[in-house]
Amino acid sequence: MKILKKIVSSSMFSPLLALFLILLFNLVIQPNFLSVEIRDGRLVGNLIAILNRSVPVMLLAIGMTLVIATGGTDLSVGSVLAVASAVSISLIRGGDVNPTADTAMPLIWVVLITMLVGIALGLWNGFLVAKIGMPPVVATLILMVAGRGLTQNITRERSLTTGHLPFGEIANGFTWGIPNQCWIALAVFLLFWYFSRRTAFGLFVESVGANRSAANHAGIRAAVIIVVVYALSGLCASIAGILSASNVRVIEPMNTGQNMELDAIVAVVLGGTSMRGGKFNLGGSCIGAIILMALTQTMYFYGVPVEFALSIKAVVIVIVVIVQSPVTHKFIRREASAQ
Amino acid sequence: MNDVILQMSGIEMNFPGVRALRNVDFTLRKGEVHSVMGENGAGKSTLIKCLTGVYQMDGGTILFDGAPIRPQSVSEAMKIGISSVYQEVNLCPNLTVAENIFIGRQPMKAGVFVDWAKMNRLSQKTLERFNLNINVARNLDTYSVAVQQMVAIARAVDISAKVLIFDEPTSSLDKDEVERLFDVMRKLKAEGMAIIFITHFLDQVYQISDRITVLRNGELVGEYTAKDLPRIELVTKMVGKDFDRITNLKKVVPKEGRGVVIEANNISVDASISNVDLTLREGEILGFAGLLGSGRSETAKALFGIDKISGGVVSIKGSAVNLRGPAAAIKKRIALCPEDRKQDGVVTDLTVRENIVLALQGRMGMFQYISRKKQSELADKYIKLLGIATPDAEKKIGELSGGNQQKVILARWLATEPDALILDEPTRGIDVGAKAEIMRLTLELCEKGMAVAFISSELEEVVKLSNNIVVMRDRKKVAEFKEEEIDHDSILQTIAGGEKE
Repeated sequence: MKILKKIVSSSMFSPLLALFLILLFNLVIQPNFLSVEIRDGRLVGNLIAILNRSVPVMLLAIGMTLVIATGGTDLSVGSVLAVASAVSISLIRGGDVNPTADTAMPLIWVVLITMLVGIALGLWNGFLVAKIGMPPVVATLILMVAGRGLTQNITRERSLTTGHLPFGEIANGFTWGIPNQCWIALAVFLLFWYFSRRTAFGLFVESVGANRSAANHAGIRAAVIIVVVYALSGLCASIAGILSASNVRVIEPMNTGQNMELDAIVAVVLGGTSMRGGKFNLGGSCIGAIILMALTQTMYFYGVPVEFALSIKAVVIVIVVIVQSPVTHKFIRREASAQ
Repeated sequence: MNDVILQMSGIEMNFPGVRALRNVDFTLRKGEVHSVMGENGAGKSTLIKCLTGVYQMDGGTILFDGAPIRPQSVSEAMKIGISSVYQEVNLCPNLTVAENIFIGRQPMKAGVFVDWAKMNRLSQKTLERFNLNINVARNLDTYSVAVQQMVAIARAVDISAKVLIFDEPTSSLDKDEVERLFDVMRKLKAEGMAIIFITHFLDQVYQISDRITVLRNGELVGEYTAKDLPRIELVTKMVGKDFDRITNLKKVVPKEGRGVVIEANNISVDASISNVDLTLREGEILGFAGLLGSGRSETAKALFGIDKISGGVVSIKGSAVNLRGPAAAIKKRIALCPEDRKQDGVVTDLTVRENIVLALQGRMGMFQYISRKKQSELADKYIKLLGIATPDAEKKIGELSGGNQQKVILARWLATEPDALILDEPTRGIDVGAKAEIMRLTLELCEKGMAVAFISSELEEVVKLSNNIVVMRDRKKVAEFKEEEIDHDSILQTIAGGEKE
């Protein structure tokens, strides 16, 4: 009983339960939905596809989790993703001289420079929020809009493609039978988890988010923490941008990363991190991203018309959030004690 | 008895861990200005919030004009006829004056269109009653706070309020504006309005009040006629005389040759304290006496680097420092238990353990992580040492009582092993037993050689603990009582200032 209680009260319980229910629904209706087979030494199947496709949102959600934990929000991640895609593809193409050459720069440099761009954009957000004191929504909205413009500038308002094979392999390749993307997401998650839980960073983020004034009184430089989380969010968005560019080998300035900031925020909320700031749950956010993709994938699978798909997704999200909300928990507790 | 408009009796209000109001009675009559007085945490604002529907009281009854009421919201209280005017005006600055007066009840034309002409005309008329001739079509924020307050009053009066509550209305007004406000209050009073007045300016209380109700520690001390209650007695009633529960506490005997930890020389902070001198030595308790707003907490904040010092010098252990923030102060081994525990102290979402290690970890920086094991050890040590009542260190601090939360915050600072500990109202809003315990702990720490600055609204506590006492008034240091000079009554005199009985 005690163990059961501990499991139920664990922060991972409700996101995992939600994911389990979605998968169970599929399993009951379509028993082979979850089957995974090995083809050419690669794992193939719906489960793998869901996992693989959830990676970009998952990466955004990891960075977003820290931002939300400080009581902020980062609306610019979709645009930063687009900027990063554009930067990486144009670096690979080596400018416009010869679109088929694709040998301008060693791959590692492309990746590092793109990540630096992401961090720089994140620092800008952090500066506006922490030093200028702008409301996070406004500050990141600026970059959300400006990032699109920046992307257009980089690509000269066109879609850019690349045929560079090693670049494409970053996202599309497999290692030990599992898509590279999944390994990258796992690595980023582990790094962030280690950085936030095996240093004092996580504690500082949570205290700044839960009570900035108290954190300041305790000698924590809240402004620095806030700048760092936005920078990390920018970093995550740039990694997601590289993967997205590598995956489809094209950047469309107005479409790449469109609305993904919203998916990332939803993933974080589904994962059990409160929008009010404070305690955060990186693992939950990753599960949240998988839940979103599982939903989408399920609807593709059953051929739900596109015009209904978004509405159904919205309804499911509302249900999950209501189930998780403290108001509901309070209500349940009150009802329980009333009986 | 016919002139009684409001009768609150046996009011009870509990917050988690604290009894904010205990069996409080309050009677308000038509045509009187009635001041509610009390120090921090005495329960004034809780009482008012019960009356205006912000809080739902746990017990007691309110009779309004003879009929029982139980307002569930501010708007419900307003409908009944109870309105408040705050220091920060709760109107909409981006609407016009007229809109503010008529918001929610605009005069209509043909049932659907707002009759602007009529609304402006009526507003103008309403304001003329208060000798205010302004353009009502202009936005409210184009006028001064004083005018905005008048508009708030006008609105309250216009929706036929019978009880008006002035909650610290004068804090941001200059002298003439205060005078004008008082004129209006007198006029309303003459028209039969019942007025509740809350302020921490004693002069103003005596200038305008007919009656005074004093609260302390959530309990009613008594109701008095203003002209029969000398100033010194009022202050005595506010700061209390709870001798019995702390009688067995003995002051620390200061050792010879003890070093100076903090020395402040003529320090000032813009728009706050001016020219404060003080010396804090190891192994002694320096008390701060004075009423709310006298500059006690402001001095503490300056010493801890929260407020920037604009003049004078602070030296720590002999060398002048320029503290740029709490982090810098903590590095110099100074600790401050902040006055507002809720806002500046507890991080509600975090566990007791996390709250305890926060400042120490803050000083050590992000990368010198205190391991979970070490954290738990630290937390357990202080839970035991301070007798924090919690099942374990992993409980969220928000679920503890006020007194235990305060102990956790104290533990946070003790964990940093400070040389100087500034306690700003450490006994505020916690129950009597916990108060005595916090005071006993303070003495123990001092005995071990820590330098302690002790700030409390309860003069009794300050007198009981302190080796030296700094008395503040009007954001200045007005006196310092040393060792054997410390005497309850003469300190009271000094705090009250001005008129002497």
